[in-house]
Amino acid sequence: MRNIPSTMKSIQDQLAADFEYLDDWEERYAYLMDLGKEVQGLPPEEKTTDNLIKGCQSRVWLTTRCENNRMWMSADSEAFIAKGIIALLIKVFNGQTPADILNETFDLPDRIGLTAHLSPGRANGLAGMLARIRHDASLALATPNNN
Amino acid sequence: MEFPALHQKVNDAPLVYFDHAATAQKPRKVIDAMTRYYEFDNANVHRGVHHLSQRATRAYEEARMKTVRFIGAEDPSEVIFTSGTTASINLVAQSWGSAHLQAGDEVLVTGLEHHANLVPWQMICTRTGAHLKIVPVNDLGEVSTESVAQMLHSKTRIFAFSWISNALGTINPAHEWVRLAHEKGITTLIDAAQVVAHQPIDVHNLGVDFLCFSAHKMMGPTGVGVLYGKKSILETLEPVVGGGDMIDEVTYEKSTWADLPYRLEAGTPNIAGVIGLSAAIDFLESIGWSNIERRESELLQYALLKLGSIPQIRFIGQPNNRAGVISFVVDGVHPYDLGTLLDEQGIALRTGHHCAQPLMHHFGISGTCRVSLALYNTLEEIDQLEKALIRALRLMGKVQAQ
Repeated sequence: MRNIPSTMKSIQDQLAADFEYLDDWEERYAYLMDLGKEVQGLPPEEKTTDNLIKGCQSRVWLTTRCENNRMWMSADSEAFIAKGIIALLIKVFNGQTPADILNETFDLPDRIGLTAHLSPGRANGLAGMLARIRHDASLALATPNNN
Repeated sequence: MEFPALHQKVNDAPLVYFDHAATAQKPRKVIDAMTRYYEFDNANVHRGVHHLSQRATRAYEEARMKTVRFIGAEDPSEVIFTSGTTASINLVAQSWGSAHLQAGDEVLVTGLEHHANLVPWQMICTRTGAHLKIVPVNDLGEVSTESVAQMLHSKTRIFAFSWISNALGTINPAHEWVRLAHEKGITTLIDAAQVVAHQPIDVHNLGVDFLCFSAHKMMGPTGVGVLYGKKSILETLEPVVGGGDMIDEVTYEKSTWADLPYRLEAGTPNIAGVIGLSAAIDFLESIGWSNIERRESELLQYALLKLGSIPQIRFIGQPNNRAGVISFVVDGVHPYDLGTLLDEQGIALRTGHHCAQPLMHHFGISGTCRVSLALYNTLEEIDQLEKALIRALRLMGKVQAQ
């Protein structure tokens, strides 16, 4: 039984509702970039080539760890919009189980109209970030000691 | 509608296209010429006895003759159709480089090069043991002729340089550089990808040995380009791609090559693309170079004035001699963010390293925003860009709200 209140679905529902409330692209981007400002980021020593997500026009570094069967990610970027996207990912994925991360639907970018405005997989690295999170989740799942 | 793609809305705003250094939009005449070819003339060239093949062959070879005239070459065997500037430079690097480069030799390029005129030389240098040398760029984004002269010496085998920098718009003194290299017996190659849509080219007058460009930057289609080479040099080049159309006689033991230009055009060429290139030449010539140059200069000066009036904008490269490219950054703002927020307002410009990473390193940045103009841009569009920029900067907290 899950003992954290927010599921990936409910968090995404809430965020989608927040964005829906905003009138136009300017407000949505302003909100996204504001969320990004709350992201703690990474210390310089963690901004390594290994942690760099390939395929982003703006550089994004991402690390994850798994404790007691819960995934936690930290990430940083030099661009405001990418940092906003990181904020969304952190809100949705942090504290979830590896299994949920792999199995639950993640459709927030589509629902808030972000996907349509981002070049496919390339400029923002959303696809790369997701691939890294899912890869790490499947590693955690395959490593019983992490659980 | 002379340029159909320009008449559309992007993100609910009328499209303003400022990414010509990446690729130019296509006039209706180019699109129609290619459609007509596919609808009525489509056939493979050169060997068919049937009517359509002869028609396609005639159109293809007429396009070659037109290109010969367009760049001031002397002979159709001097114009090789390739898939673009990149393929043209690679062909020279591989074929000419294999024959002429040895360990200890030097290949000279400038610090302004697009990766297309850098990586092919790195590859052949690695294979042959030759050294790649770079003429440095100054803080204005220029390469001085004095530096070029100093670095052209007895070990230099080829000097390959861009005439106009795709990243900064710097116009290099191509005539002078070719002359300097030739005085020392050094072979020359010009990457003219950024030149073809903006000013006339006369290879005879330049005296250059090789010159490369792409059709798509001059309002023609993607996937077709030109390698010009002096006939006496092209005749010595061994093909690097073998196959159909480039042979004279083939047996299981050996093959012999066809004459120029076919020897360097293996496989079915991009026939429709070449016909599109031909239509693009017609289009540019129908406007006339003096009109194009006057118009682009007016747009460039206005854009420099407007962008220069925004205090947050810092130009990257301030060359004294500039074609229609302006690169800039806003300190504390990633170019990608700015590009995204401009795109939301219908404005298409380029953000990133512009395939010139070493040049970006020189300026200590990861990339820029780049505005690149063409003759069909308008002053009003530049006003829109200015407004959109201020709006984007305000959104990111870089301008006080009014």
